[in-house]
Amino acid sequence: MNRVKTALRTPWFWGIVGIALLLLINSIKNPAYLALSINPTTGMLTGNVLDILRVSAPIIMIALGMTFVIATGGIDLSVGSMMAVGGAVAMETLRSLDGSSPIGAMFAAIGLAVVLAMVLGAINGFLVSVVGLQPFITTLIMMLAARGIARVVTGGQNTNATNEPFRLLANGQIFGIPTSFVLAIAIVLLIALAMRRTALGLMIESIGINPHASRLAGIRPRPILFGVYVLSAALAAVGGLFSVSEVMTVSVGGTGNLMELDAILAVVIGGTSLAGGKFSIVGSTVGALLIATLNKTVLFLGIPAAATPAFKAVVIIVLVLLQSERVRSWAFGGSSRRSSGPTRPAAEQGTPPVSKEVVA
Amino acid sequence: MSSTRTLAEAIPPVPNLAETKNTAVAGGLARLWERNQTLIPTLAALVLLFGMLIYAEVAYGRVFHAGTMSSLLISFAPTIILAVGMTIVIVSGGIDLSVGAVVAFSSVAGVMLMNIGIDGWASMVLMILFGALFGVIAGVMVQYFSVQPFIATLAMMFLARGLASMLSTTPIQAPENSPIHLLATDWKLIDGPKVNDLTITPGLIIAVLVVLGGMFYMHRSRSGRTVYAIGGNESSAGLMGLPVARTRVGIYIISGALAGLAAVVYTAEVGGKAQNVTGIGWELDAIAAVVIGGTLLTGGYGYILGSVVGVFVIAAMRLIITKDGTINPEYLTIITGGVLLVFVLLQRVLTRRRAS
Repeated sequence: MNRVKTALRTPWFWGIVGIALLLLINSIKNPAYLALSINPTTGMLTGNVLDILRVSAPIIMIALGMTFVIATGGIDLSVGSMMAVGGAVAMETLRSLDGSSPIGAMFAAIGLAVVLAMVLGAINGFLVSVVGLQPFITTLIMMLAARGIARVVTGGQNTNATNEPFRLLANGQIFGIPTSFVLAIAIVLLIALAMRRTALGLMIESIGINPHASRLAGIRPRPILFGVYVLSAALAAVGGLFSVSEVMTVSVGGTGNLMELDAILAVVIGGTSLAGGKFSIVGSTVGALLIATLNKTVLFLGIPAAATPAFKAVVIIVLVLLQSERVRSWAFGGSSRRSSGPTRPAAEQGTPPVSKEVVA
Repeated sequence: MSSTRTLAEAIPPVPNLAETKNTAVAGGLARLWERNQTLIPTLAALVLLFGMLIYAEVAYGRVFHAGTMSSLLISFAPTIILAVGMTIVIVSGGIDLSVGAVVAFSSVAGVMLMNIGIDGWASMVLMILFGALFGVIAGVMVQYFSVQPFIATLAMMFLARGLASMLSTTPIQAPENSPIHLLATDWKLIDGPKVNDLTITPGLIIAVLVVLGGMFYMHRSRSGRTVYAIGGNESSAGLMGLPVARTRVGIYIISGALAGLAAVVYTAEVGGKAQNVTGIGWELDAIAAVVIGGTLLTGGYGYILGSVVGVFVIAAMRLIITKDGTINPEYLTIITGGVLLVFVLLQRVLTRRRAS
């Protein structure tokens, strides 16, 4: 019974319930929804579940970066535009290197895309950690500017390119699982190890709880803050690469458009508080999968894709309400031994997210 | 910011309860002088605005023409209305990311109502009420469920945009005889030579009334002072016995209703056309206007008129870029971002000086 209660308290448990519910709805509409089959021409596994995994890869990448930024008490609104920058650089590079060795061109494209995004992320990081600007406004400006940079890179055009190895990033499979999803999970595991096997994750969380106190405790907030924004930008660029490799075209207005909201949503679904101070990598990954499932479900039910935001809104409203102390005390108040009682803890009152600022 | 907030910052602007009518002007000037530091960004915005306009006049001509000025004012009327609402929200320490999407929903829903035969005026009132309804949900989430303003209004943004798209993904048109067209009637005040007429529209008058109303609310009413107090320090405001909960929910309702009103004015301006993609990025324009106008993003300080100046700065910037023609439209967002950054840095320098 206790285990059930713990599970109910784990926020990403609800994420998994959500995914299961959505898959159930799809299966009711079409009982063969979950079925996998082999495409006779390409010899690859196909199925709706694999589609969901493939489209979840970019969301996992931006959600992962966003997780650490939010854990420091910040926010990165520029990830969607960073995806566009990454995609634009990659497509332009591939186009100009057309004719040289495809593998070399692919690595050049990936390298340039990630490096340029990291430079932009470093600007974010500098403004937040050294200048002391609010993350919200810094990255809002970068969101505007990076979208413009993506346009400048491609000259305002939607560039397309051909490069077989790059195309396989999203369209290939490893043991029947989409390559981009495998790569995304590998990156998640790598970063999770780096965060949890070292004190890095702990330091990020301590900055999110109280930057002043953590500085007094000997943690230097600047390099860590700087680092999370660079990491977020780099991961967003990788997400952008996954996203453009699916269609081998970058749409300077469309690639990554509103995706920062998906990233934030994934992090919130995963149970990370937007106030910072803790993070769950598993949670954010579950959140990203839920969003990908939701996107696909809405399409599958025949609702116009433009209406998806309304469903995301309902999900986000339900989740933030479930996470709020008031609802929890209503729901669990009678049976649980929560010490906080029906009122909100004082610390949570009146701290709007934008007012969080780093003591530099 | 909360950890570094000094006592001086935590105290909301002094209420001018003792002021009589006679000393109001002198007291107002003294207070402006006393708080001149917070006016520096606004003044900088004014200088920038005139600099840009003079540059544009010298470089391209026909800027200080009644025709150019009135068309600029008329086309930015919805942005002015949104910026007033955004100022109130930001002064309270919050943010409203939903305004652009609410404009889209209100406008699509309103035009649909007109098309199914609902009275035109009633539809316009409903458009404002729809906006207010989104504000109610956001306000209740922020106040009673401790959802951060950012995330609550983000949810409203998704919801409004999604609902607008559910209603229609193609442009729809209000009936010819709908009274909404009256709001875009050109009233010639001065009949200049050629196209150099000074014209205003009822939509622009609505925007001016909203600005005046916003100034009265923020700078003269008890409720407005509560908004400053909440932005300065919410717990102090509560301890002072100010109606924090009621005021804060009200702030988001005002912002939502003004977004609905902006939808009415905008829909009229474009000839009764409504589309689900209207208003993308308008929240950013409104936030940029508020920030350029000198309102602190951390809350507690700000002027309605400053935000109006901010809208004019953005308008002048667009004017120069359009008139120039050689600036790639691709650079537009980079330039907007750069200007916003400069003003945020200016804010940062000023707040740091005050804190020390």
